[in-house]
Amino acid sequence: MSALLEARGLRMTYGNGVRAVDDVDIDIEPGETFGLVGESGCGKSTTAKVILRLEAGQAETMRFEDADLMAAKGAELRRLRARLQVVPQHPATSLNPRLRVSESIVFNLRAHGWSRADRAPRVAELLDRVGLAAQQGRAYPHELSGGQLQRAAIARALATDPRLVICDEAVSALDKSVQAQVLNLLVQLQRDLGIAYLFISHDLSVVEHVSDRVAVMYLGRVVEEGPAEELWARPLHPYTQALLSAEPGQGRERIVLQGDPPSPSDPPSGCTFRTRCAYATEVCAGDRPPLIEITPGHRVACTLHPHPEALLA
Amino acid sequence: MSTLSSEVRLAPRLAPADALPSEAVTRRRKSLGLAATAAAVLVGATVLAAVLAPVIAPYAPNVGITADRLAGFGSHGHLLGTDGQGRDVLSRLIWGARLSLLTGFVPVAVAGTVGTALGVIAGLAGRTLHGTVMRTLDVFYAFPAVLLAITIAAALGSGISNAIIALTVILIPPIARVAETETARLRRADFLEAAAASGARRSSVAVRQVLPNVAPAITVYCTTLVGLSIVYAAGLSFLGLGVSPPTAEWGLMISDARQYIYSAPMVALAPAFAILLASVAFNVLGDGMRRVLDVRSENFA
Repeated sequence: MSALLEARGLRMTYGNGVRAVDDVDIDIEPGETFGLVGESGCGKSTTAKVILRLEAGQAETMRFEDADLMAAKGAELRRLRARLQVVPQHPATSLNPRLRVSESIVFNLRAHGWSRADRAPRVAELLDRVGLAAQQGRAYPHELSGGQLQRAAIARALATDPRLVICDEAVSALDKSVQAQVLNLLVQLQRDLGIAYLFISHDLSVVEHVSDRVAVMYLGRVVEEGPAEELWARPLHPYTQALLSAEPGQGRERIVLQGDPPSPSDPPSGCTFRTRCAYATEVCAGDRPPLIEITPGHRVACTLHPHPEALLA
Repeated sequence: MSTLSSEVRLAPRLAPADALPSEAVTRRRKSLGLAATAAAVLVGATVLAAVLAPVIAPYAPNVGITADRLAGFGSHGHLLGTDGQGRDVLSRLIWGARLSLLTGFVPVAVAGTVGTALGVIAGLAGRTLHGTVMRTLDVFYAFPAVLLAITIAAALGSGISNAIIALTVILIPPIARVAETETARLRRADFLEAAAASGARRSSVAVRQVLPNVAPAITVYCTTLVGLSIVYAAGLSFLGLGVSPPTAEWGLMISDARQYIYSAPMVALAPAFAILLASVAFNVLGDGMRRVLDVRSENFA
């Protein structure tokens, strides 16, 4: 089966020279959840915006459902967007405050040519799917709670039958108990509808709960990527190890990182993590370590983990 | 002249940027308030009087009896007296309300539509288009509004339609600026990002997502501008750039009464008071609507 989203060499450089996203590859299979984790400011959300074509980033290739998402424009891009949706971060502003919840959903339907007669039953179906009452569909956003708002935002994202939904910190602003409810809803929807998620969060426990595969980002680059259980069981990159050790109840020895992330406008040479890495040697300042596959599907960009063939030589 | 000092009000009122986020949660239907309700009643009564002028005006507005000229307030048959040509002042006020309200509403309605469109487009556009639109408007904005109105009206020639055109031109830049500011506030909001990602056309996003958020502020601002426009129009008529005699219009009535200002000040006072009242009423009404429409209670940080 070909990948649903196949993005190679995503880049986003801002006018001031900051490389928010620097050569990121993301492949998402139909129906899977791909987690993207990292500290705030590491380029997770920018990656999402480049994929959504909201930021004018570059890519070597970016294909979605066998169409060239990077080159698409006009009617072609609008058509693709029906299949590629987003659930934004902030419940308070993810829905238009001057529109009723149902009107926000209708907006997406109308954009893709749904007739007036078909819209009302579709809105009712969507509200039901995300666990909102018809009455809450008639409400304005300020009348709903944070969890209800994110359910409404999910209903809107689902309106046009997307194959990939990008959840950009979609549950981060919610209370833990509400968070669990919304996460369970997302999992349920995936089971029922076969949607794939790109699940972006700084919260590892959330990502672990829902993801099939996970990529860890640091300063605009993916430093490690692999199947979720494997990554959690056997993190290879010192940064991933430090991140996981910060999670409570893991029984791991806590690794405390020294210092702050370097400025993305002036990243260190070679491995960008070397300024905070306990294992850094002078080798790390040389060439930027490429992502190397250690076990099937588990790849890491670190000089500690040289290519197996290099070890043989 | 009162028209010149009122110019400062053209500057858009900008509320503090750090509106409390909690306000968005506790939003409730608010009432218009006593003062604004009174203002609304006054505006309504004036509009009604203007519409019903042929029915309720006791005399024909342009026919005077020279023998009765300059009759004082409360004279027999003339509640507000008569002017220098013996015309009934009350009748002329009622008929004059038609033109004064016209010169209040029409420029604001046209400028409101054009200004909002320009502001929203500029607010959503890229840097080049935004710069082109806003800097062009700044050129107009840089002139004192009254001076610009006089210049345009004088260049086009006197007449009520030219006065309306002149007023429309000077009202577009401030309205566009308010619309642009409101649009820019929304730009980073998550819901606009979702709307852009929805696959809807940009025009659809502007009309269905942005406009509902911009409209309340524009409505409030335009309501206060109606009062201002009435004052400006009266000023143009006073200077002979608006309505031509003998048509009844408030500004022109003051102009006509100038020559008797010492002997019969009441003749000038009646239309002046009408202008003042209308201007204040629209301002108070605008403030009341700000509360009802809840302008600037959401915060998109």
